[in-house]
Amino acid sequence: MQKQYIRTYLNNKILAYITAAAFLLCAMLMGISIGTVSVHPMTIIKVISAEIFPFISLENTDAMHSNIIMNIRLPRVLLAGLVGASLAIAGAAFQGLLRNPLADPYTIGVSSGASLGAVLTLFLGLSIPFAGMFTLPLFSILFSFLTIFAVLLFARNIERSMKVETIILTGIIFSSFLGALISLMIALTGEELRQIIGWLLGSVSMRGWAYIKIITPFFVIGTILLLMNSKELNAMSFGEEKAQHIGVDVQKRKMMVLIAGSILTGAAVAVSGTIGFVGLVIPHLTRLLWGPDHRHLLPLSILMGAGFLIMADLVSRTIIAPTELPIGVITAIIGAPAFAIILMKRKNKI
Amino acid sequence: MLSVHEVTGGYAGAPVVKNISFEVEKGELFGILGPNGSGKTTILKMLSGILPHKSGDILIKGRNLSQYTPKELAKIIAVLPQHSSQAFSYTVKETVSLGRYAHQKGWFQSWSSEDEEAVNRVMEQTGISHFHDYDIQQLSGGERQRVFLAQALAQEPEVLLLDEPTNHLDLSYQKELLDLLSVWSKDCGLTVISIFHDLNLAGLYCDRLLLLENGEVNINHVPNEVLKEGRIREVYRTKIEKLPHPRVPAPQMVLLPERPKAESRFLNRINPANLEAREDLLVIRSPFPLKTMSSGVTGSGTGWNRIFLNRHVSKNYDCSDHRAEMAEFIREIGFEPGETVGMMTAVYVEDHSSKFYEEENFSVYVAVTAGIGNAVDASKSEAHSYHLSPGTINTWIFVNGNLTEEAFIQCIMTATEAKTKALFDQKVKDAVTGTIATGTSTDSILIAATQQGESLEYAGTITPLGKVIGTGVYECTVEAIKNSQRRIKK
Repeated sequence: MQKQYIRTYLNNKILAYITAAAFLLCAMLMGISIGTVSVHPMTIIKVISAEIFPFISLENTDAMHSNIIMNIRLPRVLLAGLVGASLAIAGAAFQGLLRNPLADPYTIGVSSGASLGAVLTLFLGLSIPFAGMFTLPLFSILFSFLTIFAVLLFARNIERSMKVETIILTGIIFSSFLGALISLMIALTGEELRQIIGWLLGSVSMRGWAYIKIITPFFVIGTILLLMNSKELNAMSFGEEKAQHIGVDVQKRKMMVLIAGSILTGAAVAVSGTIGFVGLVIPHLTRLLWGPDHRHLLPLSILMGAGFLIMADLVSRTIIAPTELPIGVITAIIGAPAFAIILMKRKNKI
Repeated sequence: MLSVHEVTGGYAGAPVVKNISFEVEKGELFGILGPNGSGKTTILKMLSGILPHKSGDILIKGRNLSQYTPKELAKIIAVLPQHSSQAFSYTVKETVSLGRYAHQKGWFQSWSSEDEEAVNRVMEQTGISHFHDYDIQQLSGGERQRVFLAQALAQEPEVLLLDEPTNHLDLSYQKELLDLLSVWSKDCGLTVISIFHDLNLAGLYCDRLLLLENGEVNINHVPNEVLKEGRIREVYRTKIEKLPHPRVPAPQMVLLPERPKAESRFLNRINPANLEAREDLLVIRSPFPLKTMSSGVTGSGTGWNRIFLNRHVSKNYDCSDHRAEMAEFIREIGFEPGETVGMMTAVYVEDHSSKFYEEENFSVYVAVTAGIGNAVDASKSEAHSYHLSPGTINTWIFVNGNLTEEAFIQCIMTATEAKTKALFDQKVKDAVTGTIATGTSTDSILIAATQQGESLEYAGTITPLGKVIGTGVYECTVEAIKNSQRRIKK
């Protein structure tokens, strides 16, 4: 009985995982292959395999291709994938925790908090001893955590039940306020920080392997923390009281989810600036396709979010090549209408 | 099972609940009542560990509530709240399965066959198995409530807390849910603590009731003690009246609506002008419903009726299904059987006798048709064989006054005594025994009161109302007997 149940249960979901993984793989291959110099997918597979397994020889492969793949396109695609995955799983978790399909790191102001943390670090030239290159992401994470805490506290003070609309409005208020602080800092400094503006718009270009090293540990920790709480997220999406009735230690679990979400958002913002709507659209789409069960929603959102941001990055650098659009523009062009549609659907339901 | 000792608490600021103590035994169905804001939900939240209490102790199975971890508590107490929010479209089975959370162990919290069995069992019990793969957002309010009930039961709790479980449910679901709860508490030893808004439902199903008033215990007792008219009126500050349930020994409360002043125009009276004598039919039409107690063919028992018929039928009338035939007849002449008291007689209705009596504060209208063909001496009725034939002395008494139930019964007694005296004075004999008859074998009576104006508490023979009824029934019966005798002689 038990085995049969588990089997049919997995059977239903295996297709989902295969589809999502295939989407991610296609996105990666396309992301590496397409550009001013196009590279054949077979070459990509060969070069990467050779990198992982040194015994594979790289005969008949152009050294330039190998260089493009390993030093330019692969790190870029991986970074886009990690950022997309981080934002998507963080969004999925925030949505479950706040029982609100409109929540995402961007709409509830966490991204702005992370940006402020990053800009402040650069502005004041802060450096945590021994943290080295992790100073910036650590400050981003700290600020995203402080922001989400402030937003929730503020929203609860306005209205105990913390309605969807209240949280979003509070998020917008915080976003604008924090954005103003960032602008103020930029105005106060000279030319050298003007580059931050470009960074703030969000981009994964010209980052290289160093940035992947920065984001990876945070991505792993945040993801593990969230996956450990997927059942609790299921319970909490029925309301905190309900979750407690069922036996969830709500205060502890909620804090874990908020911290994990801040780690993921903070690290993503630290390496790529603010990229909106990934955390909103991807979990929503994943939920529509394969249901709201967080045990599957979270891992599937990782795959879908990674694939989506790789594709968005691809579009941003090819659509009006050789000029590159900021990736945030592409996600917003897709994301904002999606946001509007979700909002309208919700209104219709009410 | 559960004991609450001098508990005080609530939200920030003034405590909602003050110094409350009560105990609930295993397997009890315990109801919590009280007006809005009396602290019902606050108590329930404290019991479920959602809201901390400021002072006092809550003991569950002898152990302090605060010593339980959330998981341990969830295995003992399950809660069905008034509203359950669902932001995402989980399936019914996913929703119910969440109830197993506390029972799953280890890091991976794997789903065991025990979990699967428990979930299937509770879905069966709550009748939701057949839509286990539906989205909960597709379901109706009642179905959803059952899904969350199943979720709570999947916790395999020993105590179930419910906050107005019947809210939003239609009548049949209300009954179904409470029947289920009552079965589980009796058969499986489940302790049920539930908030009720509906006093009548609480009275019907609960073993014990806790009545709260301003955050304090007003009384904690069996339903019959708690649901007293005076107490409920005082605590809820509203006009109610208590009635016995027709089938179950439980009190039922009914509201008394405030009548708008305009209705005083109905302060009409029933008087001889209301009587229409048609061919073979006496009709009294009241412009508004009268409270009646009667033994007619239609509308018998107590009720509210507007139309009163006394219908002549031939001696050969087929009595096999006289009620259906009478209802059909009432409909044919354009009345509604549901608001009609209808009687039958073999006597010609133009031989009726009616009189109107005006007193200082009330008035009475009496109408009698009397035939003495099958007169019986009640004290010797052993000698008669039972057979049904159309009633021969039909007595109508209309009272323009406000009668108590007691007065209604005394009206019947007084009228019967007066009728018997009339037969005695007319020397009507029981044909079988040869003694003086006390009535006929199929007499009917109707007492109808406007329930407006003067309150008349009693109607015994020497009360003001009794005196009028005694005289009136006697005079009318004598006259009616004379009328019909005269016709027979012709």
